[in-house]
Amino acid sequence: MISPAVVLLLGWMLVPLSLTIYFSFLRYNLITPGANPFVGWENYYWFLTDPSFKAAMANTFMLVGGVLLITVAGGILFALLLDQPMWGQGIVRIMAIAPFFVMPTVSGLVWKNMFMNPVNGIFGHIAYGLGVQPIDFFSQIPLLSIILIVSWQWLPFATLILLTALQSLDQEQLEAAEMDGAGSMSRFIYIMLPHLARAITVVILIQTIFLLSIFAEILVTTNGGPGVSTTNLTYLIYVSSLLQFDVGIGSAGGVIAIILANIVAFFLMRMIGKNLDA
Amino acid sequence: MGHIRLTGVKKCFGDVMVIPPLDLEIEDGEFVVFVGPSGCGKSTLLRLIAGLEDVTEGVVEIDGIEATSLPPAKRRLAMVFQSYALYPHMSVRKNIAFPMKMARIPQDEQERRITDAARVLNLTDYLDRRPGQLSGGQRQRVAIGRAIVREPSAFLFDEPLSNLDAALRVGMRLEISELHKRLATTMVYVTHDQVEAMTMADQIVVLHAGRIEQVGSPLELYREPSNLFVAGFIGSPKMNLIAGPVAAKYNAHTIGIRPEHIDVSANSGLWSGTIGVSEHLGSDTFFRVNIHGLDEPLTVRTDGEIGLRYGDTIHLTPNPDHLHRFDAQAARLA
Ligand SMILES: Nc1ncnc2c1ncn2[C@@H]1O[C@H](COP(=O)(O)OP(=O)(O)OP(=O)(O)O)[C@@H](O)[C@H]1O
Ligand SMILES: [Mg+2]
Repeated sequence: MISPAVVLLLGWMLVPLSLTIYFSFLRYNLITPGANPFVGWENYYWFLTDPSFKAAMANTFMLVGGVLLITVAGGILFALLLDQPMWGQGIVRIMAIAPFFVMPTVSGLVWKNMFMNPVNGIFGHIAYGLGVQPIDFFSQIPLLSIILIVSWQWLPFATLILLTALQSLDQEQLEAAEMDGAGSMSRFIYIMLPHLARAITVVILIQTIFLLSIFAEILVTTNGGPGVSTTNLTYLIYVSSLLQFDVGIGSAGGVIAIILANIVAFFLMRMIGKNLDA
Repeated sequence: MGHIRLTGVKKCFGDVMVIPPLDLEIEDGEFVVFVGPSGCGKSTLLRLIAGLEDVTEGVVEIDGIEATSLPPAKRRLAMVFQSYALYPHMSVRKNIAFPMKMARIPQDEQERRITDAARVLNLTDYLDRRPGQLSGGQRQRVAIGRAIVREPSAFLFDEPLSNLDAALRVGMRLEISELHKRLATTMVYVTHDQVEAMTMADQIVVLHAGRIEQVGSPLELYREPSNLFVAGFIGSPKMNLIAGPVAAKYNAHTIGIRPEHIDVSANSGLWSGTIGVSEHLGSDTFFRVNIHGLDEPLTVRTDGEIGLRYGDTIHLTPNPDHLHRFDAQAARLA
């Protein structure tokens, strides 16, 4: 006997999922209405052999990897700083968390127009002040710019989780290590990092799930360009189905994205499982 | 080596003075116990010696070298914490090896010392376990193992046995005492359990509100407590303390007499009273006796089989050789 809630949840998940799978096997382009014949794996073939697909995969992984690297490293650093007793600790902590509450679209636009714009942006002004050529972020280093924006958004999350983990570290362990002759670097490597391992895996897991589907920041800043240099998988699906009106290919991309997400989730769960057991 | 000298050491947390300036000398190879009621500053004093807290004023010397501003790692002291403070993600072997790894001791020497320590502490079978998989007593031994492999000039223990059950505590007490005999290294041991203090110590330091009340061997403290606080603190059950007219007869503000130094008789004696609560321990029996003319009942010890019961009249005579006299300032009168 399945409870009504489960039925509802299954319906909620299964209907869109099965429709997506169904569409992915049809020739279904909104520009050429008419019959939508069953075409087998054709859509998958076109999606996977599209030269943008390879680029989109590479971009997706660079984006996820880059943001994870920056947020985890930065998060540890900020957590260590915020853990120090200091004046105005409460305010500083709230300020550090604030970026997390800014909507992706808004932060994308703010970064694009107020920071990274070579003429009006703050970085541009600083460059002028220093007498150097300002960087045109979105045409010279488009992917890195997106990585920076997204990292800025996720850094508070990582910091928050790592800070709580750090505060749960038994002070006597650090003192014991100090008595044992461990300097601050050794204490960090041998005591703090292993203690943080669990929290770091949680940060990686949760962020990866969200970072695989980044979209708004790309839409409002680069539109996937120049060329396809900032097109990730999500954006490519958007381009196929809503800009080229090809529902069939878009759906095939969606299914591939689901499979990809599941593969990643599988490995992450194994990783986290190992870490949580210990 | 392991000579520690504190001169005028004072510690304040903010405005609160936890330890007023005090002097203390710990000789090489001694087993010194800091004892005192909860919150009297025992841990703080130990942490000042360890260097985990900075002294507000005064000088800490270790082996004749001024160590006041030396970091803990440079003081060549090893500490065993009440919570054990083992590193949970390392095996027992790695825990014990950690201080040697930090000191960059060669691998084979590390192995040798780990094997030795594990043998002495009965840990050989547990070397590859994590601390989480050990019992309280075993964890305590790992913590001690981690301390001894460094071959420190002194060991610092902060209530190392207080998380163990009573039977295990007695066992570990003996083990630590044996370890001290074998290593002959200075040990400073904090406890609020006076049985631990009496049984283990060469020298006991009685602390009260951050002040040193008396320093001496267990028997000195038992025989000649230098003030009322020490008199009431050392000994179990507590010494009977009597103030008022009874004490005045002895030319004292307060007199003290231990339960074991009162003669009990059914017919005649100096004081008479009725028996209240009694505690039979088999070998001994302790009576609470309500003496006529005294507010507080006295505790007396008698042999196990005495045949007196609740409500019986009883006569008590303090043994004059073991009577302690104190003046109005609570100091001992000769
Ligand atoms: N970091 C600190 N900040 C402020 N006050 C402190 C600090 N550490 C200890 N104290 C105070 O110093 C006094 C002595 O504390 P300490 O821990 O040395 O007591 P203790 O004798 O070890 O007691 P216990 O037997 O309960 O362990 C206490 O009143 C405590 O509140
Ligand atoms: Mg304490």
